[in-house]
Order: sequence, then C-alpha cells, then structure tokens
Amino acid sequence: MSLFNIFAISSSAMAAQSTRLNTVASNIANADSTPVAGGAVYRSKQVVFQATPLGDANGLAGVEVAGVVESSAPSRSIFNPGHPLADGQGYVEMPNVNVVEEMVNMLSASRSYQTNVEIMNTAKTMLLKTLSLGQ
Amino acid sequence: MVKGLDEMMRVQVEALRLRGYRQEVLAANLANADTPNFKAVDFDFGAALREATAARPGSAQGPAQAPQLLYRTPAQLALDGNSVEADAERAKMADNAIRYEAALRVLTGKIKTMLSAIQG
Repeated sequence: MSLFNIFAISSSAMAAQSTRLNTVASNIANADSTPVAGGAVYRSKQVVFQATPLGDANGLAGVEVAGVVESSAPSRSIFNPGHPLADGQGYVEMPNVNVVEEMVNMLSASRSYQTNVEIMNTAKTMLLKTLSLGQ
Repeated sequence: MVKGLDEMMRVQVEALRLRGYRQEVLAANLANADTPNFKAVDFDFGAALREATAARPGSAQGPAQAPQLLYRTPAQLALDGNSVEADAERAKMADNAIRYEAALRVLTGKIKTMLSAIQG
C-alpha cells in the first residue's frame, strides 16, 4: 500500500497500450500487402489485454498483454485481373485489415497511454508534496 | 508524550494512508480501462477512515487493514464487459489528489503548531 505502486500499475498499462499501438502500425502498414508468391495473405493482428495482479499492490491489478491473436475475419477479395497474383476469375486476396477500426484502435491506445502518463505525474506530485511534509 | 503526538496526528495519518490507497485503486481502474471484463472497484473513504480511527485507543496497533473494495455501478456497461468510465475515474482521481494534499497541509499545520510550542 504505497503510492509507488501507481508507477508499476500505470507503466504496465503503458507497455500494454504501446504493444497495441505497434500492432495497429503493423496492420495499417500491411493493409494493402499481397502475399509473396505461394505464401499466406497478411492477417490483421489484435492484442488481448488481461488484468494481472501486481506483487504487493493489495489485490489491485495492472495490465498485461495476454497474447496477440490473428483476426478470423474473412480476407478481402478485390477484382484486379492485371495483378500477377490474380486467380482464374481475376480476383486477388487482400489482408482482412479494417483500416477504420485500426484508426479507432490507434486513437484509443494513444489516449489511454496519455491518461496513464498523467496518472503517473499526479502520483509524482503527490509524493513530492509528501516529501516536503512539515515544512 | 510520544503517544500524545501519535494520537494528535492519527486522523491525518490514517486519512493520508487511505487517500494514497484510493489513488492506487483509481489508477488501477484507469490502467484497465481497455481490459475486457474488468470491473472498476472503489471503497467508501468515510467508512474506512471511521473504522481506522475508531478502533483500539491505547491498545497496540496491528498492521493496517486494507479497506474492502466494492464494485462500482457503471452508468452504462461497455460491450466487452468493462465497467470503467474513464472520465468519472479521472474526476474522482483529481478530487482524491486534492483531498490528499489537504490532509497533508493539515498535518503540516499540526507539526508547525507543535514546533512553535517546543521552540517558543
């Protein structure tokens, strides 16, 4: 039970949110990637958060990334007969990345990250004020 | 006399301890604002302070007990089962930080009072 736990809690959340931001970057960067010949098409990656109890934080939970899963959404097929990877009907299989969803994910992750930075700042201010107790 | 000083500061000390703990609880809620099925928790500060200060005057003090955490009732539940309302938690956090500092200042005042009594 000490304000120092806040640093552990918030930094676990910041680490988780930046992992999420990384997957968003990967997804958006590969939104239009076609597979290398014979390979599988890129699939959208999503992080799964879970609450994890921290050592001495009295049952309070930080966050951890339980895993990065690949989205099971169907991949997009676009009609592009001129493409070298087009199938018999002229369709090319494209990644199942939903760019709109990824943008929302990005905003949410960056706002959450920001919130946790501010929480740490508040905790820091409180600790510094406590240090000057009696003066 | 040491016991007297202890008793004099007791309420503020307990208030600071509980305010600090509440800040941690709120930080944990906000850290889990995007965790599926996470339920926000909090505790009743007034009740916890009453319990912490009412008990055992004169008897040896045991280790401080953590107050019981209760689930918050959200105005609306998120689709993923998360009950953290980030804006409400932020507001509570700002409120709690101010009250923490208020307790600190009262304690500082008491310390200064005692100092001027000692030093004349």
